[in-house]
Amino acid sequence: MKRLALILALIAAPAFAVNPDEVLDDPELEARARGISAELRCVVCRGENIDESNATIARDLRLLVRERLVAGDSDDEVIAYLVERYGEYVLMKPTVDGANVLLWWAGPGLLLVAAVGAGLYLRRRSRADEPAARLSPEEEARLSELMRD
Amino acid sequence: MIAELGHVALILALGVAIVQAVVPMIGAQKGWTGWMAVAAPAALLQFTFTLAAFGALTWAFVTSDFSLRLVWANSHSAKPMLYKISGVWGNHEGSMLLWVLILTLFGAMAAGFGSGLPPRLRARALAVQSAISVAFLAFILLTSNPFLRLARPPFDGQDLNPLLQDPGLAFHPPFLYLGYVGLSMAFSFAVAALIEGRVDAAWARWVRPWTLAAWIFLTIGIALGSWWAYYELGWGGFWFWDPVENASFMPWLFAAALLHSAIVVEKREALKSWTVLLAILAFGFSLIGTFIVRSGIITSVHSFASDPSRGIFILLILLFFTGGALVLYSFRASAMEAKGVFAVVSRESALVVNNILLAVSSFVVFIGTMWPLVAEMFFDRKLSVGAPFFEAAFTPFMVAIAIILPIGAMLPWKRARLGRVVRSLVPAMVLAVLTFLLVWAIQSERTILGPVGFLLGVWLVAGAATDIWRRLGAGGIGARLGRAGRVPRADWGRVVAHAGLGVTFMGIAGLMAWQVEDIRVAQVGETFEVAGYEVTLADVTREEGPNYFSTVGLMELRRDGKLVASLRPEKRVYPVQSMPTTEAAIANGFWRDLYMVIGDPQEGGGWAVRTFIKPFANWIWAGSLLMALGGTLSLSDRRYRVAAGATRRNVVGGVPAE
Repeated sequence: MKRLALILALIAAPAFAVNPDEVLDDPELEARARGISAELRCVVCRGENIDESNATIARDLRLLVRERLVAGDSDDEVIAYLVERYGEYVLMKPTVDGANVLLWWAGPGLLLVAAVGAGLYLRRRSRADEPAARLSPEEEARLSELMRD
Repeated sequence: MIAELGHVALILALGVAIVQAVVPMIGAQKGWTGWMAVAAPAALLQFTFTLAAFGALTWAFVTSDFSLRLVWANSHSAKPMLYKISGVWGNHEGSMLLWVLILTLFGAMAAGFGSGLPPRLRARALAVQSAISVAFLAFILLTSNPFLRLARPPFDGQDLNPLLQDPGLAFHPPFLYLGYVGLSMAFSFAVAALIEGRVDAAWARWVRPWTLAAWIFLTIGIALGSWWAYYELGWGGFWFWDPVENASFMPWLFAAALLHSAIVVEKREALKSWTVLLAILAFGFSLIGTFIVRSGIITSVHSFASDPSRGIFILLILLFFTGGALVLYSFRASAMEAKGVFAVVSRESALVVNNILLAVSSFVVFIGTMWPLVAEMFFDRKLSVGAPFFEAAFTPFMVAIAIILPIGAMLPWKRARLGRVVRSLVPAMVLAVLTFLLVWAIQSERTILGPVGFLLGVWLVAGAATDIWRRLGAGGIGARLGRAGRVPRADWGRVVAHAGLGVTFMGIAGLMAWQVEDIRVAQVGETFEVAGYEVTLADVTREEGPNYFSTVGLMELRRDGKLVASLRPEKRVYPVQSMPTTEAAIANGFWRDLYMVIGDPQEGGGWAVRTFIKPFANWIWAGSLLMALGGTLSLSDRRYRVAAGATRRNVVGGVPAE
């Protein structure tokens, strides 16, 4: 048991992300804080948002978000505040500006290109003549035998 | 000694692979039968050698031979046997060896079952398959040798990452690799067909089962991974849009597109060049996935290997095979002449739309995954692309697929009358809309996600039911059910898989829209209420496992005074890796999961406790299993068994085909 206590003392990482002492009393404000947290990245983690992460920095950021909310900031103001301090790296959802336009419009753009291409293909296919059968009689016989299986 | 034998076997496998990649290819070009005939025995031999190497490594793990660097770094003598074995592929070197083992297994299977194929096509396909082996065997031997010894063997190992010591994750990589690597068969056949300049129904009949099998394995592998994340990471997330997850999801989407377009080639001899392109892309994305995971280039939760030299090696493999195949494609695609003519409203067209949506959505995932890298390299911006992006950019494609799927699946080939199909689907539509209204009315939160998810889910399931109802012919229920056995398995497979997609839709929407979460400090003996459940923290004890220490909470959940579940969430500490893990305790249910997590003792006394009510959670994986089951039914369809049976008569003999 002594060894266990030592080990537990050495490993101070909390078991989960949002701890009870962080939760705001006002449920509406807390819900907003959770919503904002899901949009912000834990800057030292690998792709986790601060709501999921149990890293210390994530906790600090969560507390910061709640602090700003209690101070009366709007959601956008809180996010802008964090972006100013940590750069756009904290945003889980990239902004639609500059080169990011490419990212956001890649899907719709490709869909449009594919739709036009497919439209042309379908039109051609529906107008094409059925090519004449080029199978020899033996091949035809073999084919119908296979098809019967 | 055994490890050295494994090393030698791996080198021999490389030698055989080189022969198999070169000789049959030349033979097929020159028309030399003898040279072509080298392919099949070489494929079997290559598999045998790789299996021996894999067996040697497994032996080292099972016997805890810590003189092997890999075993020392990833195992521990106190680790349970299951995880000693799964530890073989729970690390970079071993997982690459598993990758190659499965690659050679597929090659051996194509050699064993493929005697019904045209000999040239078979020789070329096996040569291409073997070229992939050459690349990856060289990769293992040159950069990731699993058989390296330590000069002074330590007394004990460093243990496996405790997060990976879990039954769900033990089998996640093998399934995923069976899927990834299974797509190599489609790729090899596509390249062989390009060299041949010929794609026909027989080709598609060969490619489709391999693709289907790969897709089934990928489905199960992805579902296992997501299920693991759900119960292991301690807050019940099931999908994170993490680069490593995306790496498996992109090939899945492409495989789904490919197995649909291959039907058009098989039945209608159209969409040929597109299908070949999809086969190349599907495996290309498997390689991209391997590159993302193995190079650790985009760091993520799962990545446990990062070494740039390895990354560059895999990148070269990726460029050589995908690039080479695409160049070949650009020269030869025009030779694929389409035969089938069809109207704009037809099943062919519906499958084209399916392919567009699946392929474009996969590209969206790809661009989102790579964008942080691109933005940093070319635009000097350090940014993140996370779940909110994918939810916004990817979901619309899935919604579109769900809307058109039931209609498209019922359209006849060649020329269809849309009105007729839509009329038969009116009951399904009415049911879906009624569900939407009902769900909207009874939900306490005003989210649109839940009702829309159920609208689409019910539409898919009811649409699938309508589909099979029509396939069963005319007459009353009895007469129709009497014909159930006569409907081809492929039709059952289609219906079950499509219904499964609907079930998964409902699970995801239900869980995301209506989850209830409660975080608090609870004293031992205290009772609190969460969404109609009375939760009691009855006791907290400390226990010791084989290679960990554990804090166990005893939680009792009651509804109206009646005990619903008694749960034991744990917080474990693995001393060797000095890493804590949360072991959530879950009471699984049809309608909801009760999900409990225990955290740290608090300063003022009591314990941090998290309670989740997760509605419809299991529907996500139930739907995935239905999709895999549908694929399996389709795979067992008579037309593939007949093809395989004809082969078996020639090769093995003595086994009745039916």
